[in-house]
Amino acid sequence: MTAEITYLEAIREALFEEMERDPDVFCLGEDIGVYGGAFKVTEGLRERFGEARVIDTPIAEAAIVGAAAGAAHMGMRPVAEMQFADFIASAYEILTNYVATGRNRTGLACPMVVRGPSGGYVRGGPFHSQNPESAFLHTPGLKIVAPATAEDAKGLLKAAIRDDDCVLFFEHKYLYRRIKATMPAGDHLTPIGCARVAREGKDLSLITYAATVWKALEAAERLEREDGLSVEVLDLRTLAPLDDAAIEATAKKTNRVVIVHEDTRTGGIAGEVTARLNERCFEWLDAPVLRVTAHDVPLPSAPALEDFVLPQTDDIVKAARRLASY
Amino acid sequence: MAVARTRAAGGVKRGSAAAPSAALTADRKLELYYWMRLTRSLEERLVSLHRQGKLVGGVFRSLGQEADSVGSAYALERRDVLSSLTRNLGSLLVKGATPLEILRQHLATADSPTGGRDLGLHIADLQRGFLGHISPLGDMVPVTAGVALSFRMRGEDRVALVYVGDGATSTGPFHEGLTFAAVLRCPMIVIVENNGYAYSTPVHQQTAARRFVDKAAGYGIAGEQADGNDVLGVYDVTRRAVDRARAGGGVTLIELLTYRRRGHAEHDNQRYVPAGEAERWAAENDPLDRYVRVLLDREKVEQAALDAVDARVVAELDAATAEAERSRPARATDALHGVFADPPAVAPHWYREAGHRTPERGPS
Repeated sequence: MTAEITYLEAIREALFEEMERDPDVFCLGEDIGVYGGAFKVTEGLRERFGEARVIDTPIAEAAIVGAAAGAAHMGMRPVAEMQFADFIASAYEILTNYVATGRNRTGLACPMVVRGPSGGYVRGGPFHSQNPESAFLHTPGLKIVAPATAEDAKGLLKAAIRDDDCVLFFEHKYLYRRIKATMPAGDHLTPIGCARVAREGKDLSLITYAATVWKALEAAERLEREDGLSVEVLDLRTLAPLDDAAIEATAKKTNRVVIVHEDTRTGGIAGEVTARLNERCFEWLDAPVLRVTAHDVPLPSAPALEDFVLPQTDDIVKAARRLASY
Repeated sequence: MAVARTRAAGGVKRGSAAAPSAALTADRKLELYYWMRLTRSLEERLVSLHRQGKLVGGVFRSLGQEADSVGSAYALERRDVLSSLTRNLGSLLVKGATPLEILRQHLATADSPTGGRDLGLHIADLQRGFLGHISPLGDMVPVTAGVALSFRMRGEDRVALVYVGDGATSTGPFHEGLTFAAVLRCPMIVIVENNGYAYSTPVHQQTAARRFVDKAAGYGIAGEQADGNDVLGVYDVTRRAVDRARAGGGVTLIELLTYRRRGHAEHDNQRYVPAGEAERWAAENDPLDRYVRVLLDREKVEQAALDAVDARVVAELDAATAEAERSRPARATDALHGVFADPPAVAPHWYREAGHRTPERGPS
């Protein structure tokens, strides 16, 4: 039997396999070559593929992303690393104005991946814990994925590298070494745009993604044990484009929905999912859609503060109980 | 600003036997004149259509800067790629964009390069080697660095050229892109077109550097400054940079000294320009006038040959304008196409679906 590997190793395996498969795939970013990356995601890549395909760059996120776009125009398949997803803000302008608009305006495609560690629960403070997905959800022309499992981390990254448009790949640093799985055999691809039912249930639905999938699963177990509730957990996996069919299916099945995400609340993905439920499933809902999210503050570093700001399993349980009693 | 004199004198040697332009045949020298004349006349057509209210968006003239665009683009080979600016119509024409496409693009027709989805010279065709810019300045420096990086990675004998204005040199992407390209030794040429103004901002309010070319030293790359209104000089300085890039010598920053004789776009009344400045450039340092003197006096071209080029340009533009005006406007739903490869179009909102009738209550 094949050994289990971590979420982080699954990402590395995807990079290895895609670089082996396609000579046009290459990686660029800060400290990714000789050092192997701040989290060692790219460790061993340079030894295997050489410095020409595993490029250490200056600290210049706009240049990293812009150069990836230029290379992508020419048929390369760049994978650009943001050392922390927080730093993608420095490339926001070129991603939203240039990369996202190219195909629609002039037919210039940007088949590229911008990946990096996002998320908190690691005491990283305001600049090493962000969840930047919502800033990009609003921009037509960008795809966004956020895997929760090791299998999806690998399968989605491989699919992202093969996608003909730009995919923002937000991997969760809390999950890097905390979860493991055995990879499916063969050329394992997870389709972009498809959510996953992480747990079947019939009384209410928790719609979530990334690290909070695991908190939602914990909450679902407790709710079953302590309240006898059958809770469904939908792992969105892809945030743009959202899987409307899966969102609609779970809402019509359980008629009660809590949306959980680690990102801050205002303008977050929960608001978008709620609006879609309102438009598509209004008659099917037995209760208002609730949100469990981070508070609208910069993410603090001290344990007591971070734990208070970020959604915890208890919060999800409370929201689910409120919804069930509605 | 006593730009006219200092820039015209703007001091780079040229005309030596070793200059690359010395190898240009008489036909090719006449072709340079054709491209410059075509650029100026096509822009005049655009202004005329603009005044008739037929265009979507503004007209951004390169009047007085035609030598800079044409001479530099002419120094590239077909396989090379350039990224143009709003005042590089000449560069696009040299790379194979047609007057018909440019006219359709400004008329926002269905068959225009962007199908009504974007304005002006924001057009691209990598088969012909041009990559239009976007409005946020400086972005094309990193993008072109990536194009050049792909050439280096694949061992292709190609170079990439990106134009920026004096204003774009103040942006972050300009700095990041040059830093990146220099460190990775991308085969790239950056042309800083110093035309005196970024919208209304004069150069001395854009930078405290004495010359833009001095910035090259900070990036550890080669730098050259040249008279941007001397088409053969522009060809020479660009060609040297192209040869350097092809030979593995990395990035060159070229500052071309020129002058923007019209406003930022046609609506701009240029109230910030000192009296007489633009007129002085027009009278003393027009790139077409200067090149005509070179062709007649030094190259011994007959006036009749220039007249024939002028007539050819008029005929081509008459035909292109008539054809462009026959094109249909872009269709509204074309807006929804091509955001992604898959799906090929975004679905219209229910209230914009064809044949939709408003129900008495609710959408569902």
